[in-house]
Amino acid sequence: MELFKKYPKLFQWIFLLIVFFALCFAIDVPETYKFIRGQAEFVKDPNQSTFVFLGKEVRYYAFDVFWRLPPLLGWLPIWINDSLFFLMNDWMPMEFWNEDTQEYKTRPLVLQITRNLTAFMTFLIELIREILLGGLETIVAFTSWDWIDANPWAELPGLPWTIVAAGSAILAYKLGGRGLAIFAGLAMTYISIFGQWKPSMQTLSFILVAAPLSFIFGLSLGIAAFKSKRVEKALYPILLVMQTMPQYAVLVPALVLFGVGDHAAVIITMIVAVPPMILLTLLGLRAVPPEVIEAGRMSGCNNWQLMFKVLIPTARRDILIGVNQVIMVCFSMAVISAFIGAKGLGFNLLLALNQLNIGLALEAGLCISLIAILLDKMSLAWANKQVDYFGNLNFFQRNKNSLFFGLIMIVGIALAYFGSIYFKDGYNYLFEVPHNKGISTADFWNKGVDWIFDTFFVYIKAFNTWLIVEVLQPMRALYLRMPAIATIVLVVGAGYLIGGTRSALVVCGLTLFIALSPWWDRALVTTYMATFGVIVSCIIGFTVGTLCFQNKHSTKFMLNVCDIFQTFPSFVYLIPVMMLFGITDTSVLIAVIVYATIPATRYTIEGLRSVPSGLHDAATMSGVTKFQRLFKIEFPLAFPHMMLGLNQTIVFALFMVIIGAFIGTEDLGQYILKALSDKKGAGIGLTLGICVAFIGLIFDNLIRTWVDKRKKHLGID
Amino acid sequence: MSEPVIKCDSVYKIFGENAETMLKEANGNVDAKTFQENGCIVGVNNASFEVSKGEMLVVMGLSGSGKSTLLRCISRLTDATGGKIFIEGQDLLNLNNKELIDLRRNKMGMVFQSFALLPHKTVVENIAFPLQIKGINTGESINKAMDMVKLVGLDGRENYFPRELSGGQQQRVGIARSLAVEPDIWFLDEPFSALDPLIRKEMQDEFLRLQEKLQKTIMFITHDFDEALKLADRIAIMKDGIIEQLDTPANIVLNPATEYVRKFTEEVPREKVLLIADVMDSKTTEDIGDLKVSKDEIIENVAEKILTQEKTVAVIDNNNKIVGSINPTKIINTVFGGRKNNN
Repeated sequence: MELFKKYPKLFQWIFLLIVFFALCFAIDVPETYKFIRGQAEFVKDPNQSTFVFLGKEVRYYAFDVFWRLPPLLGWLPIWINDSLFFLMNDWMPMEFWNEDTQEYKTRPLVLQITRNLTAFMTFLIELIREILLGGLETIVAFTSWDWIDANPWAELPGLPWTIVAAGSAILAYKLGGRGLAIFAGLAMTYISIFGQWKPSMQTLSFILVAAPLSFIFGLSLGIAAFKSKRVEKALYPILLVMQTMPQYAVLVPALVLFGVGDHAAVIITMIVAVPPMILLTLLGLRAVPPEVIEAGRMSGCNNWQLMFKVLIPTARRDILIGVNQVIMVCFSMAVISAFIGAKGLGFNLLLALNQLNIGLALEAGLCISLIAILLDKMSLAWANKQVDYFGNLNFFQRNKNSLFFGLIMIVGIALAYFGSIYFKDGYNYLFEVPHNKGISTADFWNKGVDWIFDTFFVYIKAFNTWLIVEVLQPMRALYLRMPAIATIVLVVGAGYLIGGTRSALVVCGLTLFIALSPWWDRALVTTYMATFGVIVSCIIGFTVGTLCFQNKHSTKFMLNVCDIFQTFPSFVYLIPVMMLFGITDTSVLIAVIVYATIPATRYTIEGLRSVPSGLHDAATMSGVTKFQRLFKIEFPLAFPHMMLGLNQTIVFALFMVIIGAFIGTEDLGQYILKALSDKKGAGIGLTLGICVAFIGLIFDNLIRTWVDKRKKHLGID
Repeated sequence: MSEPVIKCDSVYKIFGENAETMLKEANGNVDAKTFQENGCIVGVNNASFEVSKGEMLVVMGLSGSGKSTLLRCISRLTDATGGKIFIEGQDLLNLNNKELIDLRRNKMGMVFQSFALLPHKTVVENIAFPLQIKGINTGESINKAMDMVKLVGLDGRENYFPRELSGGQQQRVGIARSLAVEPDIWFLDEPFSALDPLIRKEMQDEFLRLQEKLQKTIMFITHDFDEALKLADRIAIMKDGIIEQLDTPANIVLNPATEYVRKFTEEVPREKVLLIADVMDSKTTEDIGDLKVSKDEIIENVAEKILTQEKTVAVIDNNNKIVGSINPTKIINTVFGGRKNNN
């Protein structure tokens, strides 16, 4: 009894677990139960039950409600889909002037809006693309095809790669000095001579439109939310869901709204990239000390000056993290949007992965990563740039970069001209190294993969089999063995014990949505994969983080490594694992683990760093050993921060699990992928995406509530 | 006396949702407790005073006494809930946004406790900031800012970022920034509180040197009574939003108005605060020695001279005219016995 009084929480948790297991054992697996393959698929089967809601018929296999809840929300995807189609094709038809046919035409409003939006995006992308690669779409946009036919000379010629490479080096030099310039020059040259120029420039033109637009939108919405409580309240739930929504899932509805191609990809990228930008802008603006704002006001700033000369520069640190996120998202979307027909490196990467040509995939992935790192570093350098007011410069010194670029232009064009004479009948390598005509290391890598496979096949196979048979299959079976009611009780109970009624209600709502959707079983598989990934990532991340923290240099090194890894688009992670483990669940899980270890490691280090140094010294003076200090002082105090890392780890793991569907897993991701090729997939894709987002949000809610309480208890911020 | 530069007329600042209606109902009789029960917090309670040109008014009070709130009302960083504030005769609370910005760009400068420098700008950029906001071009504003850099003795560090400077140096930047537009009115909100004692003393001396040169109208906020005594022409002591006493340092030390003020004055070394004029006899009947002291001397500086005299010492004014006398006993009484007398 006394023990009970001393640790009331502990006993509550034990009680919760007892109830959970009791429910698990009390409810038997129904004999007719088969893993999802049956449930809510759109095949008619006499064993199915049906119900009709809002005119939509939902078919499903009925079980004991304690075992699996009926998919009462089964109509939702169909309904979303129908509404979307109605909106696009039938709602508010209006008369619009058509340029081409020179007459008024009746078109639904939404369709017209989205078409205009896409036309605008297409124009922007084509403009940049044609500056880099040449073409005539931009000229056509200002004139007409007839005009172009009459004037065949009017074509943007495109820049020779030498000029782009040297130009980016000059720009990098101007922004960040010699180191960055060398990196920029080498990266661009590499891309060119390895024959990835065209797809790289296509990707780059996509990014150069998507990233600035996302940045501007994110920043403005962030400012709006900062200025008005109402805007913030309206935005917040959307932001939360978007943070945990897999990028895949947004593709499907966007497909319906904006069609196929680069322009749709830009819009989706904005949808995905804007929320973190908003959040970070808001966070940064909130953290500006009130005295700095007052100082700005007393300097006579009007509202505009206060925002752009005082608030935003002062909040620069967080906003820059936002920019970094935007760039990261843009690059991972550059790959993912290849699914909806965006051109560029992503398309090549997907194609290569599909053909299991690991070497080619590796080359494309490397190019994406190089551009990603380059842009990230350049944007950082740009924000930290300093002006020298006192240097007494003459005209040449002041304009040396522009002059130099002018020189490069002339030299580049001259080279390209000579090239056109020299390489008379083949390709002009001084203008553009054509795709797959450059040096390729693909064969080398493919041979390497073959060699690894031949040499280590037995071991890899053995490991693979062991992992699948001994660990993954049982774990999956355990997850699927949970009756729905037991899972709900467990999650809601945890919510109640951690955050009280409010938390319990939120968590209950999120869980019920998934349970009542037709994909509960799939969600369980997703959760199982994510759980496995998260557990291993956390063990690795916490260990590596703690070890690195023991030394200042290794800490810095590790944080840099995390930075670089984070810049890689998520798809790139699939390449090496497929190299080693082929198309299996193991590959996906290893990709998940590698990807999710990044936040785990980073937050461990940052958590340990956040422990006040005074405490550190106090502990040392009380004579603790290194281990005692670590376990008694540093871990408990760093724990809340580390738990936020766990939060990120879960989100990262979920994303990768969903992307893993590309390799072939039987979870929610597989259905999202399926929805992509389904004409009526929009509703399904979106609902699935929401399901994944909700899985993330359940953990997010529990962890955040716990961290807030714990922080209050420990008296940290 | 000409028109006061700053004039406050029963200024109230009350935080809370229906502060204004409550203030109206209270009819000028604001009781912090009743307000608190209704969810309002009284920041400034019926403050009335004037500051004339070239004068330095130090507002002294402990944290939460409303001194910073009062300053923010006068700089209109927050709007006062009630009362009137006049800056050079202009009704501050009736200014529209544009006029207010104009006033700040040309007439006011402010220094902050936490320095409040812009982290992304260098020293010289920070100082040039108010000028650039005003619309002065880059070259001119940087030149002007460099003059300010020299004025506060930071030459050679103009290209440093605030994070690369010590606290004292950062506050010098803050001071230079607030002076860049050559304001007439200078607000300082606990400018030296975040500095360590040695630096603080150095900065106070520096500040006095600047003020002697510039002769601004100053409102200086501090929680340090010694600092107030050292710098002030007049001191306002605040407690719970109410100005308990507003007087010259000598009068506050000699005649504390309330028990609260007395507590502060108890520990003060009088000889460092009081002038000869504060303690002298204005009668000159006794027989007077050869030594003459100025009435504006601080006692500490001349005490030794006076104590070695047997006769009463003559006190003279600036025109060498004898205006009173002081004898060694008086000095001894002031320094050692004064506290007892007051009790």
